[in-house]
Formats: sequence, structure tokens, C-alpha cells
Amino acid sequence: MPTVRQVTVTLLALASLALGACSATSEDSGGGPAEPETEGITLYSGRIAAAIGGAVDIYEEAADRDVQVRFAETGDLAATLVEEGSNSPADVFFAQEPGAIGAVAEQGLLADLPQGILDRVPPQFRDPEGRWVGITGRARTLAYGDDTERSELPDSPLELTDSRWRSRVGWAPVTDSLQQYVTALRLEYGDEVARDWVEGMIANDAVDYPNNVAVRDAIANGEIDVGLLNHYYVAQAIAAEGPEYPVHVYFPPKGLGSLLLLTSAGVLESSDRKGEAFDFIRSLLAPESQRYFTASSKEYPLARGVEPDPSLSVPLDEIPVPRGDLNDIAEVQATIELLQDAGAL
Amino acid sequence: MEGLGGTAPSGPRVPGLGLGWVLGRRRPPAPLLAAGIVVGAAAMLPAAYLLIVVAGDLGPALEVAFDADTALLVARTLGLAAAVTATAIAIALPVGWLTVRTDLPARRLWTTLLTLPLVIPSYVGAYLFVAALGPNGLLQDLLGVEQLPSIYGFAGAWLVLSLFTYPLVLLPVRSTLRRLDPQLEDAARAMGRTPTETFRSVVMPQLWPALAVGGLLVALYVISDFGAVSIMRFDTITNELYLTYKSSFDRTAAAGLGAVLVVLMLLALWLNSRIRNARATHRLGPGPARPPRAYPLGRWRWPALAGCGLLALAALVLPVAVLVYWSTKGISAGSTTIEFAAGLAANSLMTGVGAAIFGALAALVLAVLVGRFPSPLSRALERLGHAGFALPGIVVALALVFFATRAAPALYQTLTMLIFALTVHYLPLAIGPIGASLAQVSPRVEEAARGLGRGPIEVFRSITVPLVRGGILAGAALVFLHAVKELPATLILAPIGFETLATEIWTQTSFGFYEASAIPSLILLAIAAPPLYLLSERGTVTA
Repeated sequence: MPTVRQVTVTLLALASLALGACSATSEDSGGGPAEPETEGITLYSGRIAAAIGGAVDIYEEAADRDVQVRFAETGDLAATLVEEGSNSPADVFFAQEPGAIGAVAEQGLLADLPQGILDRVPPQFRDPEGRWVGITGRARTLAYGDDTERSELPDSPLELTDSRWRSRVGWAPVTDSLQQYVTALRLEYGDEVARDWVEGMIANDAVDYPNNVAVRDAIANGEIDVGLLNHYYVAQAIAAEGPEYPVHVYFPPKGLGSLLLLTSAGVLESSDRKGEAFDFIRSLLAPESQRYFTASSKEYPLARGVEPDPSLSVPLDEIPVPRGDLNDIAEVQATIELLQDAGAL
Repeated sequence: MEGLGGTAPSGPRVPGLGLGWVLGRRRPPAPLLAAGIVVGAAAMLPAAYLLIVVAGDLGPALEVAFDADTALLVARTLGLAAAVTATAIAIALPVGWLTVRTDLPARRLWTTLLTLPLVIPSYVGAYLFVAALGPNGLLQDLLGVEQLPSIYGFAGAWLVLSLFTYPLVLLPVRSTLRRLDPQLEDAARAMGRTPTETFRSVVMPQLWPALAVGGLLVALYVISDFGAVSIMRFDTITNELYLTYKSSFDRTAAAGLGAVLVVLMLLALWLNSRIRNARATHRLGPGPARPPRAYPLGRWRWPALAGCGLLALAALVLPVAVLVYWSTKGISAGSTTIEFAAGLAANSLMTGVGAAIFGALAALVLAVLVGRFPSPLSRALERLGHAGFALPGIVVALALVFFATRAAPALYQTLTMLIFALTVHYLPLAIGPIGASLAQVSPRVEEAARGLGRGPIEVFRSITVPLVRGGILAGAALVFLHAVKELPATLILAPIGFETLATEIWTQTSFGFYEASAIPSLILLAIAAPPLYLLSERGTVTA
């Protein structure tokens, strides 16, 4: 049995190790001694390394700059940026969901992007005030399992409140993407239609999941027949598990059948490396990076003139772009209130 | 002890300041008091941050806090916390007794196995339970039945949180049982009491502090948990708070909910101190001169083994089996090399050990203050010390973002800052065990040593620390186990590029690769097992 002395000595040794590593880290952030590349921008990424790593590599190679990336949940990073305010070490924020970058922009923390960057994507894929720009598009749509015939599927998600879909549909009301779909419904058809749909889904025993992956997996294991989710969750699973994967994507042709959601990036007003930060965003929108995004994550490239991955059978311009600004804080709040009143949250 | 005030060694008196009632009759030495104030202030940072945000936008924050929906959430949160705490005690009490005071075969192995569930992050545990027991899960496949009762909602959250938090009660119960003075029980037995009566009248009263601290930790864990309740789809205050950050980015509303959590925490602390005060323990001698006697189980051996086996099956074997099954599925093929995993493990160890050392030191300061120099001030400091544990990780993280970027930018997002955050977050885990073991050491022993001419520091080092080392080690281990699995603060406050096992689990699960998270989860279990095994060694008794 170890004595207190032994334990103390061991702990102190480990502590000094920890402190050593600690000071080494602060040296790293100071000068980057052994790095062949020059220290570059700091990126706060709400998208994990597997989704953006290749694009960061492309920039690092071309610019001969080392990008420091902090990975965390998009919402947590947005909250962090707000608390950091003008003291933020971040130069660029790459958001998984548009609501988060909208909230950071609302706080006046994002710099205006040069027109040259904004013009790389069609106007519907960028902030009207020019503070952030869309990088890739993710389609909000339906997925179905092997147990369901394609011909049986509805023409619009709005029909999922029909009693023949009772207990067969899964959704994830806590996710940004579902909330954006509801916001889009409100803006397209008015609050009444959106509320009826949400209440109808609940009355129809739509099954509630914590995230899109859980919805997909529930379709895969037969828990539910149809789910509202983003197309690439299915595309990625097919890429990983092979074409026999029992879940398929379906873009309903009518009534806001699907919706294009953006991942987006902006530059922090507090950055003292704005030039490099703009270069980084230019690189994200360059054809090489855009092809990387669509090939690896099965997302739609937004920069003009880049073709989507062949597996994305529905062309980008056939997927409805939300009418109005889904990131508008007031709209987001109104949607959350609607979902809460209806009992979905 | 109160009666000994006059003869006790005391710190410098502060005459004429009118602070006597705050500092108590026995003045703590100034350095100890100063250290206690520093620890209390550090532990208050998250709550202070909430106050600042709430005060900055008072109307909307109060509106959220006093909303009818919030009242319902409070009821649900309290209901879950009460149910889980009661269950955790109901599990920990018999298991603690069996593994410390009986001749149960392989006690040490059982102790390690039955403490390990603590290491499984609740989000992983909940996901595993859904995978195992949920619709079309492994169990349903195994049984070949059409449908199982739903595990979502209150039942699922209660089950998962109970199974992964009862060790928080088990550890202090065990460390108290180990240090019980067997002479008391012998005396009771000699006077003709049955073993059951002896347990009720002699052992139970001494166990109340351990049950109170363990139960408090479980209750605080439940009110601040996000992982299990979100996956089990049971709405609590913390779930709502995350939702508010995640979907509306409304820091005022989130802070309003955080303030509600602070109130719930104060309620839990008040209940806890009521229980502890009502059941004040006897302080008797320096502790057992000989190890306590092991009760022979006799024909109860088999039911006892079966019970422990069933618990280990549900809380450890089942989750680990799913993890092993996933890790062999090969979806993660190529994603995890040995060097990469070793690097992650080293980083996890470093942060965990750092937080454990500082957490145990800080807790020792608070425990000595409140245990040896009781006063309104020291009691207040000890209570404040608990603030960090009742709040979700994201609030602790944002509080330190707020203060560090303004007051200590050089430390922001360094390992020092991360360890500091984890210490603030998990310090209460060490206060309980250390305080409970200190309560079992009579101050008279220390006073006797002082009487022999030893200085206070010498007495503390040579008398007090050895007697409470079980508590110190248990406290440090608890901080370690939680620090290595912490997520939001680690993601936000670690140095850039500093990856741990927990961040790797997050990376894989957030991309939907739950299977790929199996390997880092298993490594997390592997690095947590040795400290738990070391701790369990102290439970051995002679037959």
C-alpha cells in the first residue's frame, strides 16, 4: 500500500510534468520554435477536423502559414466569442449553423468582409450586411428506411401530420436545423401553418431525438420509418458502410420539401491579422477547397462554378433557399417560442 | 470540541475589529484563513459570472427565472435529483458494507469494479444504454422480442444517472466504514445487541456524514448533468440551459436558468447541513488500533455475490461490452494509432492529476477550516466551495472566459487555466471525503501532540494528514475521475491543439461515429482503474 509520501512524490512529479508542458505550451503560442511554418491565424471551428481538415491543409500549404484551430460546439464557441468580446484570440469563426454566426454578428464582433469575397457566392448565400459568407450548403430534407416504399413517401414534409404516418416519423426539435426548417415554414407560409404543422407532428406522435445522427440511426434500426434530417448524415453513412446502408435520402418535390442550410465563416473585428483571415476565407471558397468539401463531407459547394459531388443527385438550384433571414435573432426566438408553446421543446 | 476552545491552539486574535462572531471562537491561523478565502473566491467565480450577466439585464433574466415553465423544470429536476440520490444511497450502503466489513470473496476486485462506473461519462453511458436497451437495441435483438418498455424519459434518466453516480456515495461510505472504531461495536455486541441493532445504533449514526456528502454530490451532479438527460429526453433546468445557449444564444436567459441552479444548489447544501447537524458524529480517539472485524456472511454469501454481480453487470459490464463490440466493428479503422491514443491519454492524465492535486489541496483547506475552526465564515467558505459542481460545465467555462480574458489574458487558454477551471468545477468532490475523514479524527489527538511541544504545521503533517489520507486520496481520485471526462470547459479552455481522450470521444460522437468513440472510452476506463484499485486496497480487513 502506498504511503502518503510515495503518493505525494508521484503527484508532485506529475504536477511538475504538467507545469513543464504548460510553460512549453505558452512558449509555443508565443513563437512556435520548431515549426517550419510561420504562425498564422487562430480559427474557432464549430466544425470538427474531419469536416474541414483538408481545407485548412490547403490554405496552410499555399500560404505557408500555420493555422491554430480550436474545435468545439458551434453554439459554445459563439457564447465564448461573446464573453471574450474584444479580447478574443480568434481571427476567424467557422460556424456549423448560421444562427450562431448571426448572433456573433449581432453583437458587433464581426468585421465587414471585402466585396471580392462576398461576390464569390451568389447573394442568397451570404449575410446581406456582408459580415459572413456561406462556405458550403447542407440540405435539410427527408430520409427513409428500407421498410418504406419510395412511392409511399409524401410530396411535402407538411403531409407527415397525416394519420398514416402516426408514430412512424422521427425528428430532433432541439437541433438548429429543425428550428431553421420551422423558421423557414413561418417565413414562407406564416406562423399559422408552421404552428399547425408542429402541433400536428406532436399529435401524430412524432418521435423526439436529441440530434440528427440519432434520427438516422433510428431509421437504420427500424425504430421509425421516416426522419427529418440533413442529407449528408445519410451520404456519409453510405460512404462509410457501403451502398447497402438501409437509409436513403428523399427530396420531397412540393411545399418546402427541402431547405438549404449554410455553414458559414466570418472574421473577428478584434483580429489583428485581418488580411490573413480574409485570405483564409478566400481559400475556403477557392475551387480546390470547395471540391474537397463536396467530395469528403457530401456538402454542396457554394462558390460559383464548382460542381457538387456526383452523389448529390439533386442540383443545388433545385433546393429551396429560405425566404428571408433564418439567422435573424428575432426570428430564431419566435420559432423557439412556437416550439415551446406547442410542447416540442 | 466547542468546550475545548479555550485550551486550543489558536491563530492571532484580531481584537477590536468586531469580527469575532464571523471568525468564531477559535481563530484560524491567518495563512489558513487567507487560503480559504482564495479558494472560496475562486469557487464563486462561476456564480459571480452569472450574477454579473443577470444584473446586466435584470428584467429578462428574472422573467426566465420566474417563468411558469421554469417552475415545472425545477420540479422535474428536483424529482430526478431526489430519486437518483435515494437510489444511489440504497445501492452504496449495502455495497460499502459488503466490501469493507464482510468476508465477501474478492472484495478488492468488487470494489474496483463497482467504483469504475464513475468513469463512464454520462453521455456515453446514456448512449450505450439506448444502444443496448432502446428500441431495436442489442437486448431486443438478443431476446428476439417485438418491443421492450421504453427507456426514454424519467425512467431512463433515473436509471443511467443512478448507475453512474452511486460510486459518489460508495467512496465516502467505504472510507468511513474503514475507519470506524471497532471497540464501539464490540461494546454494543457485548451488551447483547444483535448485529442488526448494532448496525442501526452504532454504525449508522457514524455513516450519516458520509451519506450526506455522497448524497449531496449525487444531487449536485444530477442537477448539472446534460449528457444523460439530453439523450434520455428528460427536460431539466440544465438541459434547458444548454438549449438556450445552443439555439437562441441568449446569454441572459441562460444566466437566469443558471441562477435557478444556484438556488437549487443552496437548497441542497442547506438540506445537507440539516442532516449533518441533526446527526452529529461522535469523535472517539485517533481511530481503530486494529482493523475492524469482518462479519462472516455464511449462507448470505451467494445472494451477496449475486447482487454485486448484477450491479457490476448493469453499470460496468454491459457498457463495456457495448464499447468492446463497437471497437471491434472496425468503423474506426485507421483513425486511432497507438501513438495518437497514448498522446491523448498522457494529456488526460496531466489535466486529471493537476486538477486532483489542486482540488485535494483546496478541499483540505476548506475541510480543516470548517472542521477545526468552525465559524460562520468558515462554514460559508465551505458552502461556497460547492458552487462550481452545481453548475454545468459550459457555465464554468464561460465564467472563466469572461474573467480570464479581462483579468489574466496571459493565462487564457493555457493548461494552467484549464486545470484551474477543472479544480473550481470539481473541488466539491474532494471536500466531502476529506471533511468526513477529518470529522473522524478527534481534535484532542492533535492537541495532545501540540501539548508535547510540536508546532501546528508539524502536527498537521505528522498527525492529521496521515489520519485523513484515506479521505484525501479518495477526494483526489474523485476529482481526477471527473476531470478526465469533462468536456465543454476542456474544449474551450485547453491550449489550442491540446486533445484529450474526452475531446476525442466528442470529436467522434459529434460526427456520428459512436463506434469510433469506443477506443478512447475504453482507454479512459483503463487509466482510471489503477487509482481506484489503489484506493480499494485500503478497504481490506482481517477476518
